Amino acid sequence: MLKKLVFTTALTLAAFTLQSQAQEPRRGGTIRFTAPYAASFVSNDSHVSNQIQDEIYGYALHRTLYKWDSTNNKPVLELAKSVTTSADGLVHTFKLRDDALFHNGRKMTADDIIWSYTRLMDASKNYPGAAYIRRIKGAIDVQNGASKEISGLKKIADFTLEITLIEKGEPGFLFRTATTSILPAKEAQDPNFFNKPIGLGPFKFVEHVPGSRMVFERWEKFYVAGKPYADRLLISPMGEAAARDVAFRNKEIDVSILGPSQYVAYQADANLKKGILEVAEVFTRNMGMNPTYKPFSDKRVRQAINHAIDADLIISRLVRNKAYRATSWLPLSSPAYDKALKPYAFDPEKAKKLLTEAGYPDGFEFEWTASPNESWGVPIVEATIPMLAKVGIKVKVKPVEGSALGGIVAKGDFQAYIWSNTSGPDPLTQMKCFYSKTPRSACNYTTFSNPEVDKLIDEAGATDDLAKRNEILKKANAIVYDEAPVWFFNYNKAVLAHQPWLHGLQPNATELALQYYEDLWVDASSPAAK
Amino acid sequence: MLPYVIRRLIQSVPILLAVAGLVFVMFSVIPGDFASTQMADGRSVVDAEQVARMNTQFGLDDPVHIRFANYVGKLLTLDLGTSFRTRQPVINSLLERIWPSLQLAMAAMLFAIGVGVPLGFLAALKPGGWLDMQSMIVAVSGLSLPQFWLGLMLMYGFALILGWFPSFGYGDGNPRYLVLPAVALGVAPLALLARTTRAAVLEVMNADFVRTARAKGNSEARVMRWHVARNAAVIVLTTLGLQFGSIMGGAVVIEKLFAWPGIGSLLVDSVSLRDIPVVQACILLLVLFFLIVNIIVDVLCALIDPRIKYT
Repeated sequence: MLKKLVFTTALTLAAFTLQSQAQEPRRGGTIRFTAPYAASFVSNDSHVSNQIQDEIYGYALHRTLYKWDSTNNKPVLELAKSVTTSADGLVHTFKLRDDALFHNGRKMTADDIIWSYTRLMDASKNYPGAAYIRRIKGAIDVQNGASKEISGLKKIADFTLEITLIEKGEPGFLFRTATTSILPAKEAQDPNFFNKPIGLGPFKFVEHVPGSRMVFERWEKFYVAGKPYADRLLISPMGEAAARDVAFRNKEIDVSILGPSQYVAYQADANLKKGILEVAEVFTRNMGMNPTYKPFSDKRVRQAINHAIDADLIISRLVRNKAYRATSWLPLSSPAYDKALKPYAFDPEKAKKLLTEAGYPDGFEFEWTASPNESWGVPIVEATIPMLAKVGIKVKVKPVEGSALGGIVAKGDFQAYIWSNTSGPDPLTQMKCFYSKTPRSACNYTTFSNPEVDKLIDEAGATDDLAKRNEILKKANAIVYDEAPVWFFNYNKAVLAHQPWLHGLQPNATELALQYYEDLWVDASSPAAK
Repeated sequence: MLPYVIRRLIQSVPILLAVAGLVFVMFSVIPGDFASTQMADGRSVVDAEQVARMNTQFGLDDPVHIRFANYVGKLLTLDLGTSFRTRQPVINSLLERIWPSLQLAMAAMLFAIGVGVPLGFLAALKPGGWLDMQSMIVAVSGLSLPQFWLGLMLMYGFALILGWFPSFGYGDGNPRYLVLPAVALGVAPLALLARTTRAAVLEVMNADFVRTARAKGNSEARVMRWHVARNAAVIVLTTLGLQFGSIMGGAVVIEKLFAWPGIGSLLVDSVSLRDIPVVQACILLLVLFFLIVNIIVDVLCALIDPRIKYT
């Protein structure tokens, strides 16, 4: 099963690589993209929002120090040509591109990066990108008002920048999202800058009709020769899946993110099926168990829950196979994914035995906090109720609004919750969510604590050898799997439907809706080809 | 008349304050705050320190009564506050969205009046006749169909199958984009207007003054225009004013469905992200629209029917 999944993922990557190589990209036309997670964008300032919805336009307008390489599933340099790292792994010296021009024609220099990162640490604004920048030495001092400059950012020359981090790690995982976009230092201080922002991205801002669309046009002086291909890019925020479906079928938009029911419908349609891109995203759906609730403090109870629920049945019937069965925390697309691990078998008898051993021969009752989400919310919980009842466990559902779930979990105000949490792309960062010193509010939601896991994470963080690091993390992941702080449900299978005339889509496992638009192009059959 | 209008406008102030208070209390007791919504995607982590900073920044760590006093104080100086999401004044977001919302509301109302009133009027001319039966079917269907479902059906029928209109978006002021959302939004008020008009016309047609007008030898057309229609109009206008509220409420669903950039879609996004200043401002604006429209309706009623006197 797992081999098949890995093979399928590899095949998807290969197919897309081959497809993009086989056809000669066409210049011109308009790409009509959709942002499917809300009815609007927050603002024209990419630093303000951490929502994927806003990152979707950020990829058109801006660039970051690194970008995500979807084919090789790793971060790669974007605004720098090379990087050297000091022996202690903390100081990174970047040779910046000298051909990256802002949309007003001015060359980007190290000053722009320093200014952008310093801006993000402005405590009065609470920019979400600060979560990454604070890993630079001295960044917290700026946030606390103790300094105006980040000591770990040093301009060596106009196109040479030195970044000193507070701990070892791949900087590519820190400086790649649109929340850390590089803005033009001088221009961005103009109070009217964000009415018509400029950036380093492949497309120039034309207009934003809030709640309706963002329009961009090709930046002719983009630093990648010949790109972008399209003349224009139109991004429409469309939060309603049913409306997206009609618009897609009506050929008004070029892409649509599909939910489980639409996935089934599109697969059943011979024409629509041809334009489906599937990726195992770095999200692990799980039921977290609070160890302060007595039954969940016992590993055997947590394992019993993993054995009592028929996850495969739920995935096939309710999630409509729009997910991959979870076999541990780190997902299929993680470089530290452990192919050797097998999912907990559906075995009610074993579950009963474990419960008896733990002192709960008659089961127990718990409250399960869940949002209405169709793939990892109340509908899933309801499906598990009869399964858990068979081993004597009674479930009381506590429905909460999706936007409130995070706050409830971070405060520990739950006995159990069901959620979809990011489990990548950096396996080290993700495994730190099971590090005993990581507080609950900073992602160790089940207050997991295991000295052996701590030791392995420390070891992984200390090594510079990526392959070795991943092997160490695999061991930590296996212990977490055995300890079962969560019910390992599934890994998200993101599905993007695209029109036959749109080419160059990237199977981005971090979030499929995020595409580097400079690689996309429309052929002559698009209604917006001219 | 002017003193009446001024009095009504002054009376609106406590209503608006009461609504503001109600919304404030609601968002103080329901679970979730802006900081925690930032991690709703399961991807972002907002640690306790960040939450504390955000709460301080937005004044959310003050006691409820202080927050409310600050809010009302600002409101009285017409300061709607700063959006948590955009870090920009709320008024900016509202100004961007008012015109599309008004366009949609007016188009929906025109559709409802343009079809509903004549339909009800014609139905009343021959009670129990074919047209009356048909109009009542339309009215009952219009009132019972959920707007979301109706909107989807319109999209399927008129965008996907017939290809007459675009299925979503605002366009560049092209009225083709307005048709489907306006129809979806206008059907329920249309139905109610048709029923109200029919009932009002039937009632007036049986009134003594109409019989007298006919007995005086007035032509049927004159009786209908000057006596029946004019007197029925007061009832219809009153219904119209009340239906404006339903249109503004329905816009929350329809605007999101059709990706229409109005106050409704702004409200939906702001609620889910707990951007409380924007939610409060949107609701106040919708209530204000409703109050103003009803004042206008009252004035129109007085102009149409000389018996109505406002002092």
